[in-house]
Amino acid sequence: MKPPLLEITDLSVAYQTDTGPVMALRGANLVARAGEVIGIVGESGCGKSTLAAAVMNLLPATAKVTGGAVRFLGQDILTLAPQAQRALRGTAMAMIFQDPMTAFNPVLTIGDHLVDFQHQSRAPYRAKLARARDQLALVGLSDPDVILRRYPHQLSGGMRQRVAIAAALLMNPQVLVADEPTTALDVTTEAQILHLLRNLRQTYQGTIVVISHHLGVVAELCDRVYVMYAGQVVEQAMVDDLFHAARHPYTRALLACDPASFPNLTPVLPTIPGRLPDLRDPPKGCSFAPRCALRSARCTVAPPWAQVSPSHGVLCHEVGA
Amino acid sequence: MSLLDVQDLAVSLPLSLGLSGAFKPKTARRLEIFSDISFAVAAGETLGLVGESGSGKTTLARALLGLTPTQAGRITFDGRLRATQADFAQMRRTSAMMFQDAVASLSPRMTVGALLAEPLIIHGQAPRDLAAKVADMLHLVGLTADFAARYPHELSGGQARRVGVARALALNPKLVIADEPTAGLDVSVQGEILNLMRDLKTRLGLSYLIISHNLAMIRHVSDRIAVMYLGRLVEIGPTRAVFAQPLHPYAQSLIAAEPLPDPRKRRADLAISGEIPSLLHRPKGCVFQSRCPQAQALCRSDAPVLRALGPNRLVRCHFADPARLQED
Ligand SMILES: Nc1ncnc2c1ncn2[C@@H]1O[C@H](COP(=O)(O)OP(=O)(O)OP(=O)(O)O)[C@@H](O)[C@H]1O
Ligand SMILES: Nc1ncnc2c1ncn2[C@@H]1O[C@H](COP(=O)(O)OP(=O)(O)OP(=O)(O)O)[C@@H](O)[C@H]1O
Ligand code: SF4
Ligand SMILES: [Mg+2]
Ligand SMILES: [Mg+2]
Repeated sequence: MKPPLLEITDLSVAYQTDTGPVMALRGANLVARAGEVIGIVGESGCGKSTLAAAVMNLLPATAKVTGGAVRFLGQDILTLAPQAQRALRGTAMAMIFQDPMTAFNPVLTIGDHLVDFQHQSRAPYRAKLARARDQLALVGLSDPDVILRRYPHQLSGGMRQRVAIAAALLMNPQVLVADEPTTALDVTTEAQILHLLRNLRQTYQGTIVVISHHLGVVAELCDRVYVMYAGQVVEQAMVDDLFHAARHPYTRALLACDPASFPNLTPVLPTIPGRLPDLRDPPKGCSFAPRCALRSARCTVAPPWAQVSPSHGVLCHEVGA
Repeated sequence: MSLLDVQDLAVSLPLSLGLSGAFKPKTARRLEIFSDISFAVAAGETLGLVGESGSGKTTLARALLGLTPTQAGRITFDGRLRATQADFAQMRRTSAMMFQDAVASLSPRMTVGALLAEPLIIHGQAPRDLAAKVADMLHLVGLTADFAARYPHELSGGQARRVGVARALALNPKLVIADEPTAGLDVSVQGEILNLMRDLKTRLGLSYLIISHNLAMIRHVSDRIAVMYLGRLVEIGPTRAVFAQPLHPYAQSLIAAEPLPDPRKRRADLAISGEIPSLLHRPKGCVFQSRCPQAQALCRSDAPVLRALGPNRLVRCHFADPARLQED
């Protein structure tokens, strides 16, 4: 059998800080196959962007992979030479960043950026510029010729985000990681981008990994969803099961907080009481235990991963198995 | 009386395309970002501003605080007309802005603690125990005191946004302009921040102008909403009424396009069709005419004005008619 496009096994990452290492990922697992759109959701600070950065080999110097592997078509990419990593990133894998402004150099025009991103290609300059122009039009930007000559700060937040999407698609990547691709967009433009991403999945047989806090976007776009909490994957399910048969107490609490899911106006929005644990000293047992309604004595021990069905797994003593 | 009152505000920027703009010909073309913007925010009120990305919301927010020069119109805040830089400087002491790019708006060389102390020090409001005050501020937005030692790049997106909230609230402002205050936050933290903002509103009588693409959030927190499209306010009204029955065709398509948190309710045709127009080629007549499903010949020749339709309801459309819609 062909290996999956992307496979993350037991990945652990720690950031070095003045107050000690922050364990941002603790044994995370994820598989993405050709043609799939994968969603990742979870509390802010739970390690989603860290996971994305690890996949793209873009972790900052202060981050250290303390265990596990990231495989692209079966090959461990964390051990590749820097040059081979860069080549992979320029062609087979691309990323749309959470904060599009950080992805751009303020003194270069959008056109400079988009031509530059094609440095792996041998096409002549004019052809690269034409391709850049076409990609801008594809993501719904009118006047692409004008945009090419603009600087990043001269675009609205949503326009920058669309430029970032256009940039990521330039080289037809097989793995596209999108960190909050549509939060900066109004819902009608968001809908257009979701359409675009959905169509891409059909045409190019790659995989798209979408990180989003917008549960509506996940429901609309994804086939399968991973839920993360405090550096771990706590639930994995097909999208329909996730929204209709979630098992993990954190997932259920998260879904219950979505203001889009209750039509009546409420003066106080629901929240999950308590805090994400301190990742410098993560709890020994279940990380969600201090906030969990189902907590029992055995939750002081780390729960095992349990498959509740072949396509649905959960990290919890009480609802697993 | 209104805390903030805006009349016929307009902003246009010199149309500089790359380096050629450096020559500044006398007849430099200007790009109209928005015009004819009028609205008010009452003391203790939350106005939600939604609309097309690139329609001018952030630019409007900046103009309100004197951070972008205006070409026409009047801004009255706290009973005083604001025109000069001195007026705006004074205004910025009692009104705060939460910026759209949370991480980029925090100076990378300062620790979180220094960033939170800065506004207090600049405005001479630093208490004797500054560290304790900073810890309080962090606590208020759900972060532990040890975050004071971190640098912005050591924060997750959501943590940076919370620091932005704490900073905006540092000086006990009367008005907070929040540009996408909860973008990048999970729904639980989003709820916490909005509950916090609401709590401060009732306790301190704060007013908010909240700009967001998150309609579910806006619906729960705003008293009234304003909808912007391509540099024009196209609808203003009480939140409940506008969501129940949007009258402007753009507002209708916006509200209908919101993706629902249920994969069984996926829609094949989410998007309104048609090329998104640009500020450079503003459609003649109504701004929405090129994409509007209800457009008629009149819409292509004459620009509609903002007219009153029902209580506190203003709509910029030739054909919007509440009576007709109610019968459907
Ligand atoms: N450079 C860094 N140095 C130290 N700690 C960091 C650094 N980058 C991230 N962290 C910490 O690692 C944890 C995971 O961060 P990450 O950015 O992956 O979260 P996230 O899930 O993407 O959150 P969000 O939804 O808010 O974007 C957080 O607790 C964050 O504070
Ligand atoms: N410094 C600038 N120079 C030239 N054009 C600019 C500048 N700043 C903004 N613009 C243009 O003004 C328009 C409005 O931008 P603005 O950032 O106000 O939109 P917005 O409504 O906040 O959009 P978003 O929802 O995407 O954040 C955009 O077309 C943008 O390209
Ligand atoms: S004025 Fe005409 S084009 Fe504009 S929104 Fe109304 S019906 Fe549509
Ligand atoms: Mg993130
Ligand atoms: Mg904006």
